[in-house]
Amino acid sequence: MFLTIDPVLPDDAAEMLKAGDQVMITGELLTARDAACGRLAAALKAGDPLPVDLAGRVIYAVGPTPAKPGQVIGSAGPTTAARLLPYLEPLLKAGVKALIGKGDWPPDAATLFARYGAVYLAAVGGAGALIARTVRAAEVIAYPDLGPEAVHRLSVERFPAFVAVDARGADLYRQARDRWRRGR
Amino acid sequence: MGDAQPLKPKEPSGRASAPLSPRLVWVDDIRRTVARLLVEANVAIGEDVLNALRQAAEEEESELGRDILRQLVANYDLARRERVPACQDTGLTIVFLEIGQDVHLVGGDLRAAVDAGIRDGTRDGFLRNSVVGDPLGRENTGYNGPGVLHVDIVPGDRVHVTVACKGFGSENKSRLKMLTPADGVAGIRDFVVETVDRAGAQACPPLIVGVGIGGSFELCARLAKQAVIRPLNRRHPREDIRRLEDELLEEINRLGIGPQGMGGIRTALAVNIEVYPTHIAGLPVAVNIGCHSNRHMDAWI
Ligand code: SF4
Repeated sequence: MFLTIDPVLPDDAAEMLKAGDQVMITGELLTARDAACGRLAAALKAGDPLPVDLAGRVIYAVGPTPAKPGQVIGSAGPTTAARLLPYLEPLLKAGVKALIGKGDWPPDAATLFARYGAVYLAAVGGAGALIARTVRAAEVIAYPDLGPEAVHRLSVERFPAFVAVDARGADLYRQARDRWRRGR
Repeated sequence: MGDAQPLKPKEPSGRASAPLSPRLVWVDDIRRTVARLLVEANVAIGEDVLNALRQAAEEEESELGRDILRQLVANYDLARRERVPACQDTGLTIVFLEIGQDVHLVGGDLRAAVDAGIRDGTRDGFLRNSVVGDPLGRENTGYNGPGVLHVDIVPGDRVHVTVACKGFGSENKSRLKMLTPADGVAGIRDFVVETVDRAGAQACPPLIVGVGIGGSFELCARLAKQAVIRPLNRRHPREDIRRLEDELLEEINRLGIGPQGMGGIRTALAVNIEVYPTHIAGLPVAVNIGCHSNRHMDAWI
């Protein structure tokens, strides 16, 4: 399924996506991992202005390597999403509609995605060189002092991901375990 | 490490007389070696991991799992071809130095040379600055150092340098437990499998699971690190340990986590165990979770 993000996720898209769907994303992503999510959440809590409007946006949890000369970006695969749990609710409340990362979440996260009508998309962890080829442009737009953890605006074309938690709270990881578990 | 430990101490005398002059090794050679190995490890994954991934891509029963494994192989091929880091988490740099006791290190501070090597390799290889200077203050050091340095003094007049890049998606899922003698192998088995089960999808499976058994609290963790970077085609010399490795791998692969946690029969590529003598009251066990991006490289000076 193709998803266009221009620069927000279309209104009905989150509703349509089902856990297990494969998607190809074209459009604009914002990057934020531990440090940047922490700052965004702190700003939201304090009522300070945000460096970028989060309503409808898609956040990609990534800290890329520097671009080599002639490259748009270095290696750029997903980081573990579950570490962002303390920041998840404030970000969703501020309007974030999708988060891209890798790995499963503790069970409460699915409830949050469902409550805010948002989705969690998983990219392939450790495939950073391959994923970087889908990035057409990259630019730091906030928190440059954070280095690789700064907020970047990425323009991507056919960025591959799986719907891992959908807006009804269905969880691909849990389904996969139930289906494949043999021992214990 | 690794062989069955003798029940008597070795006699230290091996040579009639000391060498008249030690071999001089310039720490700058160590700096350059660390830099080169760091770049190489990040762009060129070992053949052992690549072969294991290819084999897993054939054996995996989940279609999605097979697809993911093929993407990982394609990613490693691309990284090698274009000389870019295969994964954006180029890791905390762990350096093991085995220094021959007939070596005299000259030309500067050894630890500074290692960190300068990390700085240079990070710059030359376009690696990521992934280190904060203080665990509480959390400001990025901006040069990807310092690394973690383990030094051993060994017989001989050469220096063996091993550089490992440890991503923290997997490092974070590692655990250590002080078991008691009564817990035995069953206790070890439970702890290892439980640790992998808890790591689940977050540590980038398929995993390489490094297990340290014995020693003291800190040595046990180090054994697990040495186990996780042992090449997958180098098996443990002890038959009973090899059997335990195989049994644990089988049990882990029954957890169903699968490639990237999306279900399947290839949750781990290998379980590597290292053992060391321990106290009569204890049975320490450490599990160092390694992701598929198991990057390490070594050289002799
Ligand atoms: S866990 Fe390993 S493969 Fe996954 S992102 Fe971290 S370093 Fe890369």
